[in-house]
Amino acid sequence: MIVMRDLMLRLVLWLLLAPLLPGIINKVKAWVAGRRGPPVLQLYYDLAKLWRKGVVMSNLASPGFIIGPAVAWVALIGAALLMPLGPAGSVVSFRGDVLLLIYLLALARFCTAWAAMETGSAFEGMGAAREVSYAVLTEAAIIAAVLSLIVHTGSVSLSTMLAPSAGAGAALLVAGLFTVLLAENCRVPFDDPNTHLELTMIHEVMVLDHSGPPLAAILHGASIKLLLFSILLVQAVLPMGDLSPLAAAGALAVGVLLVTVGVGLVESLLARFAFRRVPLLLTTAFLLCVFALLVAWKGDAP
Amino acid sequence: MSATTPFALLANATSLPWAEIPAWPVAEFVHATATELNRGARFCAWFGVPEHSGTCLVAVLAFDVDNTLAVGRSEAFTGAYPALTTTHPQAHLFEREVWEQHGLTPAGHPWLKPVRRTNEKGNAPANGEFFRVEGGEVHEVAVGPVHAGVIEPGHFRFQCAGEEVLHLEIALGYQHRGIEEALRDGPHRATMSQMETVAGDTTIAHATAYATVMEALAGTEAPLRAQWLRAVALELERLANHTGDMGALAGDVAFLPTMSACGKIRGDFLNLTALMCGNRFGRGLVRPGGCRHDLDAGRAAQLKERLETALADTKQAVAWFWDSAAVRARFENVGTVFPAQATAIGLVGPAARACGLVRDVRFDHPAGWHRFAQAPVAVWPVGDVFARAKVRSLEIERSGDYLREQLTAPAEGELRGELAPPAPDTLAVALVEGWRGEVCHVALTDAAGRFRRYKIVDPSFHNWMGLALALRGTAISDFPICNKSFNLSYCGHDL
Repeated sequence: MIVMRDLMLRLVLWLLLAPLLPGIINKVKAWVAGRRGPPVLQLYYDLAKLWRKGVVMSNLASPGFIIGPAVAWVALIGAALLMPLGPAGSVVSFRGDVLLLIYLLALARFCTAWAAMETGSAFEGMGAAREVSYAVLTEAAIIAAVLSLIVHTGSVSLSTMLAPSAGAGAALLVAGLFTVLLAENCRVPFDDPNTHLELTMIHEVMVLDHSGPPLAAILHGASIKLLLFSILLVQAVLPMGDLSPLAAAGALAVGVLLVTVGVGLVESLLARFAFRRVPLLLTTAFLLCVFALLVAWKGDAP
Repeated sequence: MSATTPFALLANATSLPWAEIPAWPVAEFVHATATELNRGARFCAWFGVPEHSGTCLVAVLAFDVDNTLAVGRSEAFTGAYPALTTTHPQAHLFEREVWEQHGLTPAGHPWLKPVRRTNEKGNAPANGEFFRVEGGEVHEVAVGPVHAGVIEPGHFRFQCAGEEVLHLEIALGYQHRGIEEALRDGPHRATMSQMETVAGDTTIAHATAYATVMEALAGTEAPLRAQWLRAVALELERLANHTGDMGALAGDVAFLPTMSACGKIRGDFLNLTALMCGNRFGRGLVRPGGCRHDLDAGRAAQLKERLETALADTKQAVAWFWDSAAVRARFENVGTVFPAQATAIGLVGPAARACGLVRDVRFDHPAGWHRFAQAPVAVWPVGDVFARAKVRSLEIERSGDYLREQLTAPAEGELRGELAPPAPDTLAVALVEGWRGEVCHVALTDAAGRFRRYKIVDPSFHNWMGLALALRGTAISDFPICNKSFNLSYCGHDL
């Protein structure tokens, strides 16, 4: 019963808090540009609007067009529920839950690409091709980062491996995971969430034909993914287990806010990379995580 | 070189009696045109004039090095003539246009398709068949005519192998309003307003070209004060559009600082034009015979002051742009048009100057105030997106300096002179360097002094092919920055 209540509480927390992050990023961008910008709660308004709208569905697309976003959304929420939250720990924790998390993220990606291919549009096909090509490199980087945490803590369960600080390799992990966060969440310099240029998009172009509640699920899922990666990044480097519950909760909140503002600043000051340069940067992120792994493996040896 | 040409020579902004234009049988005329093009001339205009039972072709060529224009024509004929495009690709669109308007078939033309004619249903341009690259690895991407942004309609058909573009074909005509047809037997009461909206962002250049044609037909020129005002307005138009383009280029690579700043500064420059004449695009300023609004001393001082602020802001915003390694890396070696290609397809304006071609009407064929005061031509080699952005930022600086100089020493005198009625049976040519490049207006009057034929060539008509070439071998995701670096007009092309 207590587990159920905890689970529901977390679910509500994730669902409600996630759309705040894109709002903060946009506020930071507007502030740097000297504009007033959209309200911080804009995504909530958008989601509410989309939820009330109907769905335009191509008669060429199979039901996968709707199922894709739905499964992706559920997979992302599932991944989020696996993530321990600082002092509260995780609600379900078992050996190897980190692998399930990685696979849930992969499932979400597969479903988004599947729904995109359903439309038969040239744009969405190109977007799906880009998304899955870059995923090869980002997934390698995530796995290397997770391995470094596993080697460092000797545990394959998220709640124990994220508790201590990442040790000597922390700086490498921050750089690597932050780059992966930008790539996985389609932020500048990999993708431009604000562009209207369908030929240059990655993620945005895959959802061009979606409308109404499925689009709301996609947008909401994207914000959950952003929050998920921010929390993972913060917990991977901060010694959550060593802090008092209140301090850990505070550290987590401040950390996530810092990451969000960081994304906003990167987006304000950096131009997008050409696609041919993206693999270079992602490989760098992968190597940073590999070096973190090496440090965890050899550096901590007595 | 032009001294020995069989074509009739005339300077920019002058006229010539129709009878003095040499005429040849069409095959000889095409051959003579090809000879002139081989000697370094380039196409300004190529159009048909209906006569008796047939149509004569007229060529207006420019010898940039000799600062002169050359005109020749064929005798009236019907049917086919040997295509010039096979040897001189710059004739490509012109020959398609003549075929569409007059039914003269350029025999051997490699890609004879409609330019802007509507289809049988009458609801869209008759685009015809698109070029296709065959192969299992090749995929086709169709973009437009309705775009995601608020821009004009045009259709782009890409043949891609993965991310790489093998071929791009551009089909326009969605904005065809029939401007040239409306001018027959003109000028009419609406003509001046129509001229100001040939391409709305190039109002001053097109209005000046039209006014200059009318003045040349009347055998006079506008008072110096009006010429000065037109030159000032023309540079303000250039500043506003170039600044907007720099911001748009920054926006396409998600570089927010320059994008946000330039969007605002463009408005500042437009407001300076509004200060001159009450309209941000300069409508109502230029009229045949002079200008309609004077710039009194008080507003001139205000203009100067606000111009300084806007120029300083632009300098800062453009400096952010060039100081960012991420931006430079994004633009270098993307969308390259090689100088030989640029010459062959007859590029004009900043796009040509970014390929290292020294081609600027203000310098090559000065008319009006540009005979007395000139801005240095801005040229950059290489021909990539970087070069086109660089030429724009250089022109922003030079137009700024030019305006600073001009505003301290204004021309005095009358604003508008009396304009005699247009001379009968006369051909007049006016070239103006608009911000996109050479705006060419050619008028031919009938025995009563009304327009028998009025030909408008917007710089976009020359340059769309440049964009198609720039995309070859480029990643399809780089199309937006290539497109923005040319920033061509759809309505100027479609007329």
